[in-house]
Amino acid sequence: MAAFPWHPRSRNYTSEFDSCRLEAVPVEFGDYHPLKPIIVTESKTKKMGRKGSTSSTSSSSSSSMVDPLSSVLDGTDPLSLFAATADPVTTAANTDTTRKKRDKDDSLVVGSDFEPWSSKRGEILARYTTTEKLSINLYMSSEKGKATTPGSAVSEKVRTRLEELDDLEEGSQKELLNLTQQDYMNRIEDLNQSLKDAWASDQKVKALKIVIQCSKLLSDTTVIQFYPSKFVLITDILDTFGKLVYERILSMCLDNRGSLPDNFTPESVNDTAKETCLNWFFKIASIRELIPRFYVEAAILKCNKFLSKTGISECLPRLTAMIRGIGDPLVAVYARAYLCRVGMEVAPHLKESLNKNFFDFLLTFKQMHGDTVQNQLVVQCVEIPLYLTLYSPAIDWILQCIAYRAPEILLTEMMERCKKLGNNALLLNSVMSAFRAEFIAARSMDFIGMIKECDESGFPKHLLFRSLGLNLAMADPPECDRLQILNEAWKVITKLKNPQDYINCAEVWVEYTCRHFTKREVNTVLADVIKHMTPDRAFEDAYPQLHSIIQKIITYFHDFSVLFSAEKFLPFLDMFQKESVRVEVCKCIMEAFIKHQQDATKDPVILNALLHVCKTMHDSVNALTLEDEKRMLASLINGFIKMVSFGRDFEQQLSFYVEARSMFCNLEPVLVQLVHSVNQLAMETRKVMKGNHSRKTAAFVRACVAFCFITIPSLTSIFARLNLYLNSGQVALANQCLSQADAFFKAAVSLVPEVPKMINIDGKMRPSEPFLLEFFCNFFSTLLIVPDHPEQGVLFLVRGLLNVIQDYTWEDNSDDKVRIYTNVLHLLSAMTQETYIYHIDKVDSNDTLYGGDSKFLIEINKLCEAVIAQILDHLKTLGQEETLKRQSQLALYFFNSILAHGDLRNNKLNQLSVNLWNLAQKHGFADTKTMVKTLEYIKRQSKQPDMSHFTELALRLPLQSRT
Amino acid sequence: CIINSTIEMVKPGKLPSGKTEIPFEFPLHMKGNKVLYETYHGVFVNIQYTLRCDMRRSLLAKDLTKTCEFIVHSPPQKGKLMPSPVDFTITPETLQNVKERASLPKFFIKGHLNSTNCIITQPLTGELVVENAEAAVKSIELQLVRVETCGCAEGYARDATEIQNIQIADGDVCRSLSIPIYMIFPRLFTCPTLETTNFKVEFEVNIVVLLHDDHLITENFPLKLCRV
Repeated sequence: MAAFPWHPRSRNYTSEFDSCRLEAVPVEFGDYHPLKPIIVTESKTKKMGRKGSTSSTSSSSSSSMVDPLSSVLDGTDPLSLFAATADPVTTAANTDTTRKKRDKDDSLVVGSDFEPWSSKRGEILARYTTTEKLSINLYMSSEKGKATTPGSAVSEKVRTRLEELDDLEEGSQKELLNLTQQDYMNRIEDLNQSLKDAWASDQKVKALKIVIQCSKLLSDTTVIQFYPSKFVLITDILDTFGKLVYERILSMCLDNRGSLPDNFTPESVNDTAKETCLNWFFKIASIRELIPRFYVEAAILKCNKFLSKTGISECLPRLTAMIRGIGDPLVAVYARAYLCRVGMEVAPHLKESLNKNFFDFLLTFKQMHGDTVQNQLVVQCVEIPLYLTLYSPAIDWILQCIAYRAPEILLTEMMERCKKLGNNALLLNSVMSAFRAEFIAARSMDFIGMIKECDESGFPKHLLFRSLGLNLAMADPPECDRLQILNEAWKVITKLKNPQDYINCAEVWVEYTCRHFTKREVNTVLADVIKHMTPDRAFEDAYPQLHSIIQKIITYFHDFSVLFSAEKFLPFLDMFQKESVRVEVCKCIMEAFIKHQQDATKDPVILNALLHVCKTMHDSVNALTLEDEKRMLASLINGFIKMVSFGRDFEQQLSFYVEARSMFCNLEPVLVQLVHSVNQLAMETRKVMKGNHSRKTAAFVRACVAFCFITIPSLTSIFARLNLYLNSGQVALANQCLSQADAFFKAAVSLVPEVPKMINIDGKMRPSEPFLLEFFCNFFSTLLIVPDHPEQGVLFLVRGLLNVIQDYTWEDNSDDKVRIYTNVLHLLSAMTQETYIYHIDKVDSNDTLYGGDSKFLIEINKLCEAVIAQILDHLKTLGQEETLKRQSQLALYFFNSILAHGDLRNNKLNQLSVNLWNLAQKHGFADTKTMVKTLEYIKRQSKQPDMSHFTELALRLPLQSRT
Repeated sequence: CIINSTIEMVKPGKLPSGKTEIPFEFPLHMKGNKVLYETYHGVFVNIQYTLRCDMRRSLLAKDLTKTCEFIVHSPPQKGKLMPSPVDFTITPETLQNVKERASLPKFFIKGHLNSTNCIITQPLTGELVVENAEAAVKSIELQLVRVETCGCAEGYARDATEIQNIQIADGDVCRSLSIPIYMIFPRLFTCPTLETTNFKVEFEVNIVVLLHDDHLITENFPLKLCRV
């Protein structure tokens, strides 16, 4: 093919720019403008909220004109709109009557502010464990009962059933001995499952038997330290049973009228359902033993609703009184807890029984220290303090039920009652766990007094202080008492000998300290913790608590200069000696820092401490560290680096970056950030000097450049390197470091051959060509203004790049190489202009250097010719059937390039463009719309001055109608 | 046999194919001046009412017969039941049938039953307080006993059967704290107290206190059950 000489169009960038620019019109104040801020005016509507819930409808309106965004929403911005509709009460509470009804309904259901049993469950199971062997005593009757023969008289059926129940009590006894706790739990789960199975297969009697057997286990107090957990497991089964029975009877009420409403009355229950329900109660009433009879009846308490309106309110006091027959105080108190639990679920408005349960418990309080209990503890080798803590979950629960929405006066009365019982620590602790934090906090000094007076031998005192601390973390005591409270409490806490007891208390009180006091007090507390936890490396067993202390401190202290100036903070961190824990703590600190630090800092205290923290995180990285973990650590460190600023002391800043580089060399993203930061620093310097570097700043900027130049090669990611080379080259150029810029660009050029075909992006392999294409385009636009090196040939860098492109192994089926060549053509065209489209201040580009020298232009044209030859060659190879579409696209792409950058007054070029136009349409792959638009563009351009030749061109470009 | 009556349900004829329900009702009239007792199944005494339905069929087919028990509850008695509360105290001194009174541990239990005249559909209620006891209490139970007495030519036979046992206290209960006495009468094994010329069905409740050294203390209360 004949070579096509390139004739670039000469451009007048200024006039072109002016012709396509929009006319600027000044905006008067008060004029409408879409980007003017919306002014939100809040207008309160009538308050209809209940219980002081303050909701207000705010509507907004834009100042004078209607904003296009808010007008869609009828002048109300979406958030205010939400606030207006979010309050469900607004509609319901319009009249007083509906409101009253609501309040009444409210008392019939427990609100979401009541901490449900389910949340206590896990805690109890985790806390009350044992390593001792357990046993289950089950009296499972032999299967002689079978199913009653069909057709036998009703009475017979009933009789056999009752006999079966008797069998339970006399039947074969099966004792499972030597179970581990896990075995035991599995057994109970088995029982739960067989209960469900029995129920599903309509063996109601068997189901009842299972439930009776299970509840019987609750009268067994061997391995007493496991009792609370056993209670949790078994009452789960009882709950299941209660639900099954209730649902079954409810389903019997389904007749043609459909299901019953939630608040049905006994009158709407049909006789069959009532009879069945009554049968259950009769059956249960005949259970011989007290404890199973109590539990099973309590489990189906809700079923009383089917029989009579007052059923539950009559049953609860009776069941409450029934518990008095349970001799073992621990068994009894858990029975009470269960009754309160069921009561709260079914009829939370019946507060009387709750109170009665507690008072009954107080009456039996003396039993705990009676002979029967003491003997039992001796046999089981259980200490009194441990034994007393077994009561806590039950008492806590009962008190929580009582305290729920209870008036202050009741709580005061309860407290007085507890006081009367010799200031008992166990009760005191439960009062503190169950009552509202505000209530406790307001009386903190009283409580401290009571705790001090408590009997030493009984309930562990540190638990009392812990409970008090938990309350004070949630609610504030009176201002005047605050310091005294801390002093009094800490006086006791610091005397605790056992490190575990100590740290459990200290952990809680740290929050109180942080909440109300300054660095000085927190520092003292930290010092005390260090003193207690260091001997015998006690901290090793307390990492979770120590971690939580750190978290509490950083939640309250957002000023890191204050935090780190507490001299015990870093020694405190030194206690985290296990690396994984240490790194977690460091992460917490860094997260808090990034979140809360508002301004950049140069505070040496912060820098030293945080460098230490970051170093710890960095040093934890090893070959096994996960990618995500690394990314996380790197982003935390980067966050820190960005927050460091020495203001105008640029040298200090640079030396900080140097130090950071040596510290964080294993985390690539950090190095990348450092290069960016240093580049920014160089630009910052330039800005300060307004582009005129002094000798000193010039040297400094070169130091920055050098930093980048030696940092970049240590990166492994090839595109990170390429882009950084380019970036740094640009920065060097901007700072008039020409030879340094050349070095960067050369490095980039010589790196291109190493670009792999596929690169790993977020764990997936992707072809690298699109990235390479992007990089080249970016690179070309920089190369336009890079002046030629006096000792190298003309366009040394462009030539080098062209060679690299030529030699690079491109994908077989991609046209990226040609696209790049086309872009090279754009670059070369721009280079031939008399004045380039942009410049760098104080850098003479080739336009000034050569001043449009003809030799230079000839060189460029030679290059163009070679490039065009390459492009046309490639187009030719696309003549195959399957590549025709690509050929068409590429031809059009090239055509557009010529249109934009070529001088079409040249005949050869004109002919080439016509040929390309035809080639694009030849095989019917051209998009007609695009072709039409292109042609319209040409016609429009022809009206411009100096463009008249386009008219002629347009005539030579036929539009092919698609067949 | 105190009653025997026959009624004709359907006149002779053909039943349509499929399910046919034939409603019937008839009054229970006593023979002579005999009394209609409540249904009762006991050891010596059984009061049972059965209904037999015969279907006579033509020559070639067999007659069909079906028997079924039905329960009779006597109509509630007129008049109000007078409550008859009983207070009781149990100490070593109040006991009878003690072999070695000296070896007994000291105890003092008091309480009351709200009434020994009981309505059969209502629970037996009362209270019991262990004021003090040297030995630990193991269990306190309510034992419902039925006593049947049969008059025969040779005299009479008396038989006592435990029909229900309800534990009201388990373990060493708190001293001086009242424990409720509460027992529902089992529907199938109780009937109003019955006294006829030939036989008697009576009920008693025993309060049984079991101490840890296996001493068994029982206090007996005769009951009168009725339907109101």
